[in-house]
Amino acid sequence: MTAKTWNSRADNRAARLARVARALGPQLNGKLAAPAAITALLEAAIEPHDRVCLEGNNQKQADFLAQALVQLDATRVHGLHMVQSVLALPEHLDLFENGIASKLDFSFSGPQGARLAKLVSAGRIEIGAIHTYLELFARYFVDLTPNVALIAAHAADAQGNLYTGPNTEDTPAIVEATAFSGGIVIVQVNELVGEGTSLPRVDVPAGWVNFVVQAPRPNFIEPLFTRDPAQISEIQVLMAMMAIKGIYAEYGVQRLNHGIGFDTAAIELLLPTYAEQLGLKGKICKHWALNPHPALIPAIEAGWVQSIHSFGSELGMEDYIRARSDVFFTGPDGSLRSNRAFCQAAGHYACDLFIGSTLQIDLDGNSSTATLGRIAGFGGAPNMGADARGRRHASPAWLRAGREARAGRSGAAGTPRGQKLVVQMVETFREHMQPAFVERLDAWQLAEQAGMQLPPIMIYGDDVTHILTEEGIANLLLCRSDEEREQAIRGVAGYTAVGLGRDKRIVENLRDRGVIRRAQDLGIDPRDATRNLLAARSMRDLVRASGGLYQPPRRFRNW
Amino acid sequence: MSLPTAIETLDFSYDGARPAGRFAPVLVGVVGSGNLEVLLEPGEPPKCRVRVETSARGFGTIWQAVLDDFQARHALAGVSISINDMGATPAVVSLRLDQAVAELAPGAQP
Repeated sequence: MTAKTWNSRADNRAARLARVARALGPQLNGKLAAPAAITALLEAAIEPHDRVCLEGNNQKQADFLAQALVQLDATRVHGLHMVQSVLALPEHLDLFENGIASKLDFSFSGPQGARLAKLVSAGRIEIGAIHTYLELFARYFVDLTPNVALIAAHAADAQGNLYTGPNTEDTPAIVEATAFSGGIVIVQVNELVGEGTSLPRVDVPAGWVNFVVQAPRPNFIEPLFTRDPAQISEIQVLMAMMAIKGIYAEYGVQRLNHGIGFDTAAIELLLPTYAEQLGLKGKICKHWALNPHPALIPAIEAGWVQSIHSFGSELGMEDYIRARSDVFFTGPDGSLRSNRAFCQAAGHYACDLFIGSTLQIDLDGNSSTATLGRIAGFGGAPNMGADARGRRHASPAWLRAGREARAGRSGAAGTPRGQKLVVQMVETFREHMQPAFVERLDAWQLAEQAGMQLPPIMIYGDDVTHILTEEGIANLLLCRSDEEREQAIRGVAGYTAVGLGRDKRIVENLRDRGVIRRAQDLGIDPRDATRNLLAARSMRDLVRASGGLYQPPRRFRNW
Repeated sequence: MSLPTAIETLDFSYDGARPAGRFAPVLVGVVGSGNLEVLLEPGEPPKCRVRVETSARGFGTIWQAVLDDFQARHALAGVSISINDMGATPAVVSLRLDQAVAELAPGAQP
């Protein structure tokens, strides 16, 4: 009888390390592998059917390692189960076309959504599940633990310590799960610092890293959160005024998260102007879970913002962040330390409000960014845009939302507790006159086409507290029946078919009760909603507001 | 005058209770993608006539609803409105119309 082995993962890791050492010979110096040996390194380190995390999110990408992985010999490395945040690069899907990978668990697939849908319907990819970021990170520690992690860092030293710099993002979560479960961590770096030189700071200790390769090009980073104020419309200014006066001021929102987009950029740019005129400085918007949005610079400069913790960084904001270390989370070296997992937790548990845009909202208030023929995934929005059922600490905004939702209810539904404010901010028509309000979400049809168990709803209607359009604000916390809720939604849906289908009498009644509030009910004259209210009206204004510290990427330098 | 075939022309006519009286023509907005130009000129009381020329075809029902609401707000009489639209959303259309009415001589507003 043989004794059971209890350390097979450690033995397996040792075997992989030995295989790599043999395969690379002199091309491996300590942990440092020659870039030319990358194929040999990956073929020796990765076993068929491994779970592999290829680091990539909506900003930084381990693109050199992605390109190398695609080149592997599929007779040696195949059937990989990819577990990764984002499908952003063509290589992420090439892996499935050439047989190296077969199964996928992921979170977001923005730019590759259409190709992913085609590969799924052709049976080339088996999707385990589509997650939120936080959910996928959680599964790294339960049943989707990577055998191999392929990550990106800014620099490494001779021992293999890593400096991930402002764009730390997902790296700590991935490395933690892999390094402490017998896995192999392989990193591409932009720079190697020589013997005797130290890194600006150590974000990942050398003991958690197995191999370091210097990539021929710096890793790709997308400036996803930069919005040119020149493109903000008067209607977006109007909606931002309504958000500030009708929601932020009303509930006294101090801690919040903004989604990406021009709608929320408009709010950020109205804080030092319109909100200041309303006397709201110090009363709203002090603490943020937010990437370093350039549009927030004027509010920061005007002293509105006390703290910002970030999921990732934003290209061009590095020097500005360094010079405003009271506001941002920075290391002893002065550069930003972002962390997607912690910031997602912060957005979920420590913020009183999430506000974001969407593509479609139905009569129950469910919203979705899914469109036919594309599998786009979720990213972080569902965790930001959901009531934190495990939250126990109180704040005035959270308590008031909870009171509104529970007034007049009994039993479990009436037990006092707070609620997160989840606001969906949409113009009733998007570009090309696409209605934002629909009877039935495209998500249902997509679920049928792609064989999903559930329609890919981004934010569930029972988590949405307010819908804000140019026609007004519908406060769904105050609705007491499905019919009221439907009419409240129709009542702000403008001239869409859903809006035209309203019962005018019920909608006027909802307005009398304050469930629906129009701009004029809030004391806002739509004719005052001009771009002159924006604290910055161009990229150049943002640079000027930063005292020249913000350096936008070239494509945004339009002056 | 010949229009490009892509342009759709829509005509609407209302009776209003608030005569605009004499006024200099009012022009607001710009002709640009997603925007529109609104011109108000004196017309025959009690009529308020609206001519829409739009690059976005097939939205007659929505124009009708937007203009019905506009006329319900202002009840203009003796005004001729010309709209040159380049695919503006109803929100922008309503805003431009209200901006134009605000430019009318003070006597025009009850």
